[in-house]
Amino acid sequence: MTIVDDFTASHAEPVDEFERERVPERALLGFRSFVGQYAGEHTAGTELMIGPLFVASGVSAVDVVGGLFVGNMLAVLSWLCLTAPIAVRARMTLYYQLEKICGRRLVKVFNLANGVMFCFLAGAMVTVNATAAGVWFDIAMPGLNDLYPTSFGWAATVLVMGVLMTVVAAYGYQVVAKIANIAAPWMVLVFIAFGIIGAGQLGITSVGEFWPKAQELIWKGGAPLPGQVKFTFWHVMFFAWFCNMAMHIGMADLSVLRYARKSWYAVSTAAGMYLGHFIAWLSASILYAQQINANPANTSVLPGPLAYDAAGVAGVVCVIVAGWTTANPTIYRAGLAFQAISPSWSRYRVTLVTGALATVAGMFPAFAMKLLDFVAIYGLVLMPMGAVIFVDFWLAGRFGFRQDYAAAAGVPVNWAAGLAWLVTLGLCFMVVDMGGLQVYFVGLPGWFVAAGLYVVFSRLMQRKERRV
Amino acid sequence: MKTVARLVSLLSLVGTIAPPVLFFTGSMSLASMQSWMLGATIAWFLATPLWMDR
Repeated sequence: MTIVDDFTASHAEPVDEFERERVPERALLGFRSFVGQYAGEHTAGTELMIGPLFVASGVSAVDVVGGLFVGNMLAVLSWLCLTAPIAVRARMTLYYQLEKICGRRLVKVFNLANGVMFCFLAGAMVTVNATAAGVWFDIAMPGLNDLYPTSFGWAATVLVMGVLMTVVAAYGYQVVAKIANIAAPWMVLVFIAFGIIGAGQLGITSVGEFWPKAQELIWKGGAPLPGQVKFTFWHVMFFAWFCNMAMHIGMADLSVLRYARKSWYAVSTAAGMYLGHFIAWLSASILYAQQINANPANTSVLPGPLAYDAAGVAGVVCVIVAGWTTANPTIYRAGLAFQAISPSWSRYRVTLVTGALATVAGMFPAFAMKLLDFVAIYGLVLMPMGAVIFVDFWLAGRFGFRQDYAAAAGVPVNWAAGLAWLVTLGLCFMVVDMGGLQVYFVGLPGWFVAAGLYVVFSRLMQRKERRV
Repeated sequence: MKTVARLVSLLSLVGTIAPPVLFFTGSMSLASMQSWMLGATIAWFLATPLWMDR
């Protein structure tokens, strides 16, 4: 996008090159670049929220380990089989590809949805960081079922954290990006250490003891904590598969994988899935189980105190670094999405306003305490456009409609794509609401619904042109 | 200089993961483990910027 080019020319911000052209051969990256990027991206502060929520949901050991193993594998296969083949053939960003299919105006609406979701996600990351303050200051922290700000102290803490993160995202992006690179190997080891320490605190002293004790003390199964949904293998599997729905079947990672020399480089996503969404989640689960074991009345999911009780100051540093280094690009991306709507807005002002929204969102513990639901909603909102891209890229000719319709016809909105998006979302949320299902269960059928609707609407709307 | 910094980084990674393992096996106290991890963390963030991404 031109707005990015304008700003990278004059300020220290990430360089998003080749926004409206194919990535040239000279800019392609090797396999190791993707391993590092995915491992870092998916070992975030929010992993410390997600792991405990599995324990709170009364999942059993077999279900959580099996569900995470299979679900993460399906996520890797989704990147490998759906996203990467298009990424390395087209070598375009998600937004440019969508613009050619959907038209500029519809992409702006998509960007607005994307920006709002990124804001809330960044809000959850601000919340995670604010919990670190609870280690040293006597602040009334939110509980597991709190949705609204719980005290003035909590709101003030989030405000301070949010303002710091926002200012840094606006003026010091590259410093934090560099810290993220430097911290990544250390952070992965601290996440692994959390699990080892938590197991030790639970009285497990050998590897052989781990599995029987895990079933007895950590993932015990049985009833969930009050206010939580009971999790089975299927809940865990579908959540692990679709928590990054926006990135794989939603095609957001076209923008990343377009730099891959080969399509199979998408297996590098396994580094993120199995380090972040397997080991880190299980480690965080173990810490939370230890907390409940020590004090059954303490059901709060507060990453700061959890990490401090296990690894001391190093643990708190890990929470702050993990939260900050992932909130930083999230606030930045939200700003980019908003700025795409109106390129004349100042880059810094947009980031500051975006950060302010994220900070206000962060004061509401709902986004962090209901993170399992929120990340699923985030993916679901963006997913139908991934189905549209898939169908348009592979099947347009076979189904007899024009590929890249908006670009070819010069229209600002391709209503076939717009309706496929909105009708799919409406149907999915109706099923969730009426059927009492969790959001991550409707992602898979929703993708096929969006694909089918796009074919039907495209054929109907392009019928007149075919006759001509 | 870079070689020394790389060596310190490597040792600090060992210092990050080895104390938790020793705590797990009952060979180290929680307080000692936490101190070692803090030391290793400081060493990592001092040494690694000297060679990484340069």
